[in-house]
Amino acid sequence: MKEMHARLRHRHAMGELESRRPDLAFVSVSKDSLRPLLADLRDREGFTHLVLLTAVDWIEDNQFQLTYLLHDRAAPRDLGVRVMLDRDNPVMDSVHDLWPTAATYQRELREMFGIDFPDSPRLDEEFILEGWTDKPPYRRDFDTLEYAEKTFTHRPGRETHDPATYMKQKLYPDGA
Amino acid sequence: MREELRKRTVTAPDGQTFEIEPLKDYFCEAQPQVQRPAYAKIVEDLFNWARSESLWILGFGTGCGAIEMRPLMTPRYDAYRFGIQWRPTPRQSNLFVISGYLSVKTLKRVIRSYEQMQGPKYVVGLGSCTINGGMYWDSYNTIKQLADYLPVDVYIAGCMPRPEALLAGFEELKRIIRAGKGEGANRYAENFEWYKANQKRVIQDWDMPDYNW
Amino acid sequence: MPFEWVQIPYALLTLFIVVNYGLVLTALIQKIGARVGRRHGIRIYQNYVDLLKNYALRTHITHGVMFYLGPVFRLTGGVGLLLFVPTIFGSEMFSNLSFAGDLILALYFVFFGSLGMALGAGESGHPYSAIGVTRGLSQVTAAELPLALAVFAVSLQYETLSITEIVAAQQGGVTNWTLFTNPLAVAAAMLSFLGSMMRPPFDVVLAPQEIPIGPPTEYHSAYLALMQTNRVIFPVAKVVIYMNLFFGGATGWGEFAVKVFCIYMVSVLVGVVFPRFRVEQSIRWFLVWAVPIGVLSIVIA
Repeated sequence: MKEMHARLRHRHAMGELESRRPDLAFVSVSKDSLRPLLADLRDREGFTHLVLLTAVDWIEDNQFQLTYLLHDRAAPRDLGVRVMLDRDNPVMDSVHDLWPTAATYQRELREMFGIDFPDSPRLDEEFILEGWTDKPPYRRDFDTLEYAEKTFTHRPGRETHDPATYMKQKLYPDGA
Repeated sequence: MREELRKRTVTAPDGQTFEIEPLKDYFCEAQPQVQRPAYAKIVEDLFNWARSESLWILGFGTGCGAIEMRPLMTPRYDAYRFGIQWRPTPRQSNLFVISGYLSVKTLKRVIRSYEQMQGPKYVVGLGSCTINGGMYWDSYNTIKQLADYLPVDVYIAGCMPRPEALLAGFEELKRIIRAGKGEGANRYAENFEWYKANQKRVIQDWDMPDYNW
Repeated sequence: MPFEWVQIPYALLTLFIVVNYGLVLTALIQKIGARVGRRHGIRIYQNYVDLLKNYALRTHITHGVMFYLGPVFRLTGGVGLLLFVPTIFGSEMFSNLSFAGDLILALYFVFFGSLGMALGAGESGHPYSAIGVTRGLSQVTAAELPLALAVFAVSLQYETLSITEIVAAQQGGVTNWTLFTNPLAVAAAMLSFLGSMMRPPFDVVLAPQEIPIGPPTEYHSAYLALMQTNRVIFPVAKVVIYMNLFFGGATGWGEFAVKVFCIYMVSVLVGVVFPRFRVEQSIRWFLVWAVPIGVLSIVIA
């Protein structure tokens, strides 16, 4: 991992290697150098498999973090590549031509986080939600509870108990 | 609305042009009718007994609770001896078990399937999620009260209810039917406007006819 | 035998007995199947309840005239098959409307129901129905071939096309049965029998466990009840033909009940042991195993 990182550093602008396990590490890159790095990793370093592409909403920093998790079957080892995006203008290059599966992940991210991937196939089709009109539900400023209260009706008489105290009262009513 | 459901003009190979309005042409627009018990009391009682002893469940698992229905077919519980069996098409079944949480997307399919079933038909809400949202009480995408959208005859509480609880629920449903109170289809027809309004409030992209049997 | 009006109520009586016998028999067979799977199985009167329930449903919808006629044709196939075949040999009451050439008519009726079903299911417009009917017709056609060959072999053997005469020729001891006088034809016919009973391994067409239930996808309430009625008459009627042609017929209702049950059990025993064939597999199976035996039986006869 380390030597691969040292080798790649000459060619790509990338951050420090964060090693988690001998076979798992993460590295941060800038938005523009992601694509050449991924192509390099896939074609020369043996990371042939895109395990997942997911996002994290860092609302305090006003950023989205994308994580491309790659897997090298031969070694075997995993490498996560992180990219930070501006939260106000979340646009990212599509990588569906490197891994066709990425198109599906990008559809999901588009729907759930509102991150745009221009030219990704079927990007604007509905993925899981149907007829969603509110803001993307995985963004942290979307309040699910408020939305649920507004949209669906509760049956009156719902009570919430703290399990510990409730069971204590039930089992030992005289406080023993 | 989806492309294939929009009104459009089509040119046939021989040059004729047609106006097509799929929602009108492919579906019937008739509203559901209230079907009162039609025969003498003794005949209706016999029929109700037959209905209660021959519950055909639509094989449509809407949520995780569907996993609790499978054991009912196995030697351990064997629901067949109570006259319960599973049918693959809504046309032939008359009991709809809403098994657990119901997402809005599934609700759309559930409504269509329910309306295609032939009356008298019954709905059983399985699990806490159908009663009051259950553990999905703050979810943006699952409904809370099933009774807002479909006429429910019996609830089976639990998360998840065991197969024994399901069998007990079915026995309860049988009692209701035998007493002549299993009139969910008629309640649906009588309060059709109210049910439709509730359904349309959560299903944002309503792209089917209002009643599609 | 000259026609007399009294034959009609007699034939209806036969029909009544056979419907009830069939309802109980199919329930019993399902129970046996369940017991093989160590389940308790349905109640013995469950079929009556299901039938009553389906007739008692309050709403039904139609897809057109042929949609009505589909189940009617199917029922006609079952009833016709039963009525034109002597059920009890030597009995004035239960010889039904049999006549000199009834063997050919019976062969035709075996197929009639499926054709009627094809029209009705096609009209319903559901893709699963169309798929189911196509599969069903191809399988029934393949299964029918060895039966037709076997029937020709038997009619050559006895030099008649009347079922009554064929039964008469088999009387006087077990060794006179076609089963022993022409075993090849019986073998071919029994293989065909497996295919046309709509039991595993040849029931992929309308097994309720398959996602497309097949032809009856759109059928419900009274239509479905008609088809259920047919499903209890038709197997019994078919078994009656087999019994008459190959197993010496029956001289009384007791013998009838036992023989029909035993012949039916052949397909059940095969069914609980073997998994389902796909349609193309079953067609190949019929053409490779059953048809050559049928051809051989004709060549020898």
